[in-house]
Amino acid sequence: MNEITRIRSDFPILQREIKPGVPLIYLDSAATSQKPSLVLDSMSEYYARHNANIHRGVHTLAEEATELYEAARGKISKFIHARSHTEVIYTRNTTEAINLVAYSWGRKFLKPGDIVLLTEMEHHSNLVPWHILRDSIGIELKFIPVTADGLLDMAEYEKLLQLEPKLVSFTHASNVLGTINPVQEMARSAHRAGALVLVDGAQSVPHFSVDVQQLDVDFYAFSAHKMLGPTGIGALYGKRELLEKMQPFMGGGDMIREVRLEGFTANELPYKFEAGTPAIAEAVGFGSAVDYLTQIGMDAIHQHELEITKYAYSLLMNLPGVTLFGHEKQKRGGVIAFEVAGIHPHDVAQLLDSDGIAVRAGHHCAMPLHQKFGIPATTRASFYMYTEKSEIDKLILGLKKVQKLFG
Amino acid sequence: MDDMYREAIIEHYKNPGYHGVLEPADISFEDNNPLCGDHLRIDLRIDAGGCITEAAFSGHGCAISQASADMLLGSIIGKPLDEVKKMNKQDILDLIGIELGPVRLKCALLSLKVLKSAAYGIHQGESVELDLD
Ligand SMILES: Cc1ncc(COP(=O)(O)O)c(C=O)c1O
Repeated sequence: MNEITRIRSDFPILQREIKPGVPLIYLDSAATSQKPSLVLDSMSEYYARHNANIHRGVHTLAEEATELYEAARGKISKFIHARSHTEVIYTRNTTEAINLVAYSWGRKFLKPGDIVLLTEMEHHSNLVPWHILRDSIGIELKFIPVTADGLLDMAEYEKLLQLEPKLVSFTHASNVLGTINPVQEMARSAHRAGALVLVDGAQSVPHFSVDVQQLDVDFYAFSAHKMLGPTGIGALYGKRELLEKMQPFMGGGDMIREVRLEGFTANELPYKFEAGTPAIAEAVGFGSAVDYLTQIGMDAIHQHELEITKYAYSLLMNLPGVTLFGHEKQKRGGVIAFEVAGIHPHDVAQLLDSDGIAVRAGHHCAMPLHQKFGIPATTRASFYMYTEKSEIDKLILGLKKVQKLFG
Repeated sequence: MDDMYREAIIEHYKNPGYHGVLEPADISFEDNNPLCGDHLRIDLRIDAGGCITEAAFSGHGCAISQASADMLLGSIIGKPLDEVKKMNKQDILDLIGIELGPVRLKCALLSLKVLKSAAYGIHQGESVELDLD
C-alpha cells in the first residue's frame, strides 16, 4: 500500500459515498478538515472510560480527566514550539482566540487614537473583533494593501509602521489566495517599530511546521478542527509576560484563585483565561490530532500539499474560462479560489456536488478581499494530506461538465 | 448532471425575458442574500387599477436565483398587486418545478422577498419580517 492510500484508510469518512457509486471527493479542508480514527477513538474512549470534570475532585476519574486534558496541552505546546505549556490557552477556535486578545489585551492597553494594523486579506475573524474594539474605545484601524497578484505590499507595510501602531495582526496563510506571508520578517519589522504581533494561524498550523519562538510572534491563534481535530476547541499562544499583564477574558469557575463576595483574584496561567468547564473530550481529541500529524510529519505533509497544489494549479490554469486568484509562482498553501466565466460559484459548487465533489462557494469569510478584486464570490478547492491527484482530475472533469451544461 | 438544473432553469438564466431596469418605475426595491452576495433589484409599473403592467429585474446571482426571478416576473404581469402580496414559497417552487435544500431555497426565494417588499411598499432599508411560507 502506498503512503497516501494508507493515510486515506485512517479517515473513515473518506470511504463514504455521496450517492450509490459516487465516492466523496473532499476538497473543502480549508473550511474544516476530516478526522482520522485515532482522533475519533480517543474522544469516545475518553467518554467511555475517563469522563469527569477536571481540576476539581480527587477521585480517580477526575484525576485521569485532568491528566488527559493537560497532557493534550503539553502536546500542542510542543507542536508549536512554545517555551512552556502555560503559554497555551484553550479557546473555542481561532475566532475566540483573537477576540480574547482584542478584549483582554486591547481593552487594557489601547487608548483612543492608538493604531492597530491589519491587512486586506484577513478573515472576518481578524477584522470584526477590531471593528468592535474601535467602535467601543476609539482605536484606529489601518490596513496593509494586497497587491494585484495576491501578496502583501511590503513597501507599504514599512510605511505604515512609521505611524507607530501598537499591534500588527495578520494571517500566516490566506484562506482565499493561498498566500503564505513572511511572518518572521514582518514580526521583526513590527517589533523594531514598537508594535506587538498577533498571527492568525488557522491555515498554517495544520499544514506546515510552525515555531512560535523562531517566528518571534507575541500571540498566535489556531483551531483544532482544521488540523484533524474536533470542532469546539482551539488555542491561543501568548508570550508569558504579556498574558500575565492582561485582564481576564470571561469570569467564572477555574479562572480564579480566590473569590469573596466583594471580588476575586485571578488564577495563574493558563487557567486565568479558561473560565468554566472546558471542552475536555475535544482537548483530548486535539492532542490526538497533534499525535497523528507528528507521526506523519509536518514536512511530509507540506511537501505533499505543495505538489498537489502545483498539479491542480497548472490544470485549472489551462481550463478556458477559468480565472485563478492568488500568486502564480510563489510557494502557496493548499487553497485555490477561482472564477468560472458566466457561471455563479453556487451553481459550480452545486453541480460538482452531484459528482460527489465538495468545494466551497462564496466569499469564504473574506468579503473585503472579494470587494477589492471586484467579485462577489468565488469557488474554492482546498487540499490536505489525504488529497489525491486522481481527485484533482475528477474536479477538472466536473468543471468541464459544468461548462458544457451552461455552454 | 443534476435534476436541479433542468433545461428550463438554464434557459431562463441564459436568456431571461425580464432582465433590465425600468426608468422611471412606479415601484423599485432591492435586496441581497448575504450568504452568497447575490443582489437583486425589481422594478414595477402599475396601472390605475393597481395591476402590474411591466416588470424587470437586475443584479447578479446564481442560476437558481436569476431563473426564479425571471419566471416569477413572467407570472405576475397583468395581476393586481394585492395578489402578489399573497404569493408564497409554494408558488415559487411550482414555478421552477424542482426540489431545493434549505441553502438553495434562499436563492430561489430572494426574488419573492424583493417582489413582496415592493408590493407592500416597504421602504428601502426598512427591516420588515415578510411571511414567505
Ligand atoms: C485564515 C482564517 N482565519 C480564521 C478562521 C476562523 O476559524 P474558526 O472559525 O475556527 O474560528 C479561518 C477559518 O475559516 C481562516 O481560514
